[in-house]
Amino acid sequence: MDLQTLWFAAVAVLWTGFLLLEGFDFGVAALLPVLGRRPSDRHLMLRSIGPLWDGNEVWLITAVGAVFAAFPGWYATWLPALYLPFVLVLFGLIIRAVAFEWRHSHHTPAWDSSWTWVITTGSLIAALGIGAALGATTLGLPIDADGNRVGGAFAGLGWPALLGAVAVLAFSLVHGAMFLALKTDGPLRAAAGTFARRWAPVAALPLLAWAGVVHLRYGTTVTAVLWLVAALALVVAWAQIVVGREGQAFAAWGAMLVAAAATVFGAAYPVVVPSTIDAAFDVTVADASVSDYTLTVMTWAAGFGLPVVLSYQAWTYWVFRKRLTAEPVHEEPAEVPAS
Amino acid sequence: MDVLDIARWQFGITTVYHFLMVPLTIGLGVLVAVMHTMWVRTDKPEWLRMTRFWGRVYLINFVLGVATGLVQEFQFGLAWSEYSRFVGDVFGSLLALEALLAFFLESTFLGLWIFGWGRIPKKVHLATLWAAVIGSIVSAYFIIAANSWMQHPVGVVTDDETGRPVQVDFLAVLTNNTALAAFSHAIVAALMVAGALLVGIGLWHLRKRKLAGAPTTDAEHAVWFRSVRLGGWVSLVAFVLVALTGDWQGKLMYEQQPLKMSSAEALCETEAPASFSILAWGKLGSNECDDVHSITVPYLLSYLAHGDFSTAVPGVNQLQEEYAAVYGETYPDDPSFGDKAGEPIDYTPVLAVTYWSFRLMIGMGAVSAGVAAYALRATRKGRVPTSRVGVHGSLLAVAAPFVANATGWIFTEMGRQPFVVYPNPDVPVEDQVWFFTAQAVSPGVSAGEVWTSLISLTLVYGALAVVELWLLTRFVRAGITTGDGAPVPGSPPEGTPDDDLPDGRDRTDDVLSFAY
Ligand code: HDD
Ligand code: HEM
Ligand code: HEM
Repeated sequence: MDLQTLWFAAVAVLWTGFLLLEGFDFGVAALLPVLGRRPSDRHLMLRSIGPLWDGNEVWLITAVGAVFAAFPGWYATWLPALYLPFVLVLFGLIIRAVAFEWRHSHHTPAWDSSWTWVITTGSLIAALGIGAALGATTLGLPIDADGNRVGGAFAGLGWPALLGAVAVLAFSLVHGAMFLALKTDGPLRAAAGTFARRWAPVAALPLLAWAGVVHLRYGTTVTAVLWLVAALALVVAWAQIVVGREGQAFAAWGAMLVAAAATVFGAAYPVVVPSTIDAAFDVTVADASVSDYTLTVMTWAAGFGLPVVLSYQAWTYWVFRKRLTAEPVHEEPAEVPAS
Repeated sequence: MDVLDIARWQFGITTVYHFLMVPLTIGLGVLVAVMHTMWVRTDKPEWLRMTRFWGRVYLINFVLGVATGLVQEFQFGLAWSEYSRFVGDVFGSLLALEALLAFFLESTFLGLWIFGWGRIPKKVHLATLWAAVIGSIVSAYFIIAANSWMQHPVGVVTDDETGRPVQVDFLAVLTNNTALAAFSHAIVAALMVAGALLVGIGLWHLRKRKLAGAPTTDAEHAVWFRSVRLGGWVSLVAFVLVALTGDWQGKLMYEQQPLKMSSAEALCETEAPASFSILAWGKLGSNECDDVHSITVPYLLSYLAHGDFSTAVPGVNQLQEEYAAVYGETYPDDPSFGDKAGEPIDYTPVLAVTYWSFRLMIGMGAVSAGVAAYALRATRKGRVPTSRVGVHGSLLAVAAPFVANATGWIFTEMGRQPFVVYPNPDVPVEDQVWFFTAQAVSPGVSAGEVWTSLISLTLVYGALAVVELWLLTRFVRAGITTGDGAPVPGSPPEGTPDDDLPDGRDRTDDVLSFAY
């Protein structure tokens, strides 16, 4: 495999990792008005993602950074083509980040419910917007020979963007519910399980449709197999949630995303931004990439850095592995300060 | 305004705003980690309370740094796509490495620190905070290396076909002398911000308690007193280091960007020996430097530039001609230069901005150092100052190092105009890499789009600032009596009841409420 292909794969892994991780915190946040009707449930839901959301979000930053680092031509075509949608995503991410922190910095019911609402809204906007951007980059943007968008500010927003948006949001909602079923106990666990059971089959459809369309347009036998794996994973996930095996269900649902994303990226390769105007204007891996020297440097850096990152992120998940309940947690204090 | 101007305003506003949080995150992060270390080593309650009080301030600030940093990561692509294409071979990898090697460290370990109270062994818990703080510092290094490469491009050759720089020496990019100097300067400047905050707030609480007749023997007194002493010393030492590293930067600037140097001084004609301007008046705004008159200190500029008292410092007029001879009198008549195509190039940055931002940076730093000296004197041998002017002045002066940081960047960035990538004079002209700001914007993006984002980002940032300041003021005013009740083992500081919990339950037994 040449370095450009390797980095295309790395970028695909980063985006998939982002959707897999931030997907559940988007989902939990979006489900606050649905599953978090009682204040104690809301509190529990926010606690379940509290230590994790920022680390998850860095996957997005790294994914965008890696696109810029390895394929500046992709970065410089994709972002300006979807200028306003990306700005909207940024707003979603900004208000969501500050709301997580500010919500508990003051204590009145109105304050609390406003920031809870902001967390939900911000997460919805971000999930939809990122889905739209990914949908558009895999299925086409109206770009000319120089990689500049033509047709005005909203020309990039066709049905592929809509499909991607719905796919990412729907996936995240069920992903979030499965995460809650796995991480919490008590009535919330039951309610989240019920939600996942009821909605999993429907929520997977847009994602499978998206992967299917990309496959039909550009795919190979390999991507056909990957698509089937995704569909199979859905069946497994659903079966497991029905019988209440939350861990397996969560894993299978995640596997579905991984397989679907592999289908999409695998089929799209080597095109990173297809042009809806003329296939001759497609931006490919080779057009967009940096020099082999730079790719080599980054390969070394990522080869050492990524395993370290993965191990300490895994450690975080391990430290916070316990199920959370609405009851106060009575743990042996690790230390008693002298006061 | 055309797209270029709007995009520049947008980049300037959002970056300066981001850089209000950044120095506080870096500086306060280090100091909170020191406090936490002191607590682990001495077991004294005041260090724990200090860790928690200042740790909370650190977190409230941190999250806004994260939120505004996100915008930064996307900006280069959104409004500056030609820039991103041009610098892609060098610049993107530094940004990606920052995310991979620094942001993961910061965010993951900060999550562990916040939620780890009482769950992970004491020393491991302390280590998580240090890991996060090191993450911030590493992040600063990579981003400044990226910025310094624009100021002084090294480690690249020009691709004959595309005319773009191609990286050949990554180590040279990482060890760029501009980056080493700017990084050390920015880190010590960040410590000045944290020091000033500790001094201002600490003195205010000490005075309030003294006027209210509170005891000076309890842990709470110790918290504020130690904060003032720690902050005062940090500020003073950091100011000395800021001056030393700044001097290093000045010497590099003399070699690498001489026009920035003479614009900082509004020095029109070459002088040998050159004198340093303290105050200037005249028609600075007109950018006609011959109209400027200033009060000067003889020889000082020669010293700043080259370390002796005789070196000639070239003036704006001479440099403008030299640059025009090498890089052209006018912008090429090419559509990629937008409105600027075919127009004459002004190689002199806006003199009023470079001149005054340079002076504000140094002046505000000096104000801050003065306040620190006052605070250290006024609290000598355990005394507590009650002077209204002194204490309220110190509180007001918390803003000074923020202003110094912002103006430092404004000087650095505006001073490199009209280039966005400045030609490196150590390289023969035919091999040099440079890029004009006028070429850098996204060609496909309309003025309407950039206006929309500029206005909405500014409004949202403004609203965020209001809430942030309100929250911080409330929290800081409350101090540690109400805001930070007696520490319960392994539990968070706020003893306030949480509306989220079933009636009457106190959140002190909730391990997570330190943050949520
Ligand atoms: C001198 C240091 C410095 C400078 C010049 C910048 N930043 Fe910054 N940035 C930091 C130092 C920092 C930090 C200390 O690491 C922050 C501040 C608060 C925080 O949460 O981390 C941060 C946060 C931060 C984040 C969020 C990280 C997270 O989610 O944890 C991003 C994406 C960026 N920055 C990106 C940028 C870009 C693209 C910049 C260039 C214009 C930039 N920053 C200038
Ligand atoms: C890696 C870090 C940075 C990079 C790559 C960078 C890059 C840029 C770019 C591309 C522009 C727009 C072009 C221009 O107008 O010159 C710009 C402008 C500007 N930047 Fe930076 N910048 C960085 C860091 C900062 C920081 C930390 C600050 C201060 C807080 C800052 C302050 C400014 C200002 C004030 C402008 C507007 C200048 C003008 O109007 O020309 N920059 N910078
Ligand atoms: C005391 C004397 C000081 C001197 C001689 C000095 C010198 C300089 C110089 C020459 C630059 C421009 C570098 C370039 O563009 O190449 C600079 C930038 C800067 N200064 Fe200062 N400075 C001083 C004090 C301060 C203080 C007190 C602060 C803040 C607390 C500060 C913060 C900054 C920042 C943030 C930058 C931009 C980033 C960088 O290049 O590091 N400086 N300084």
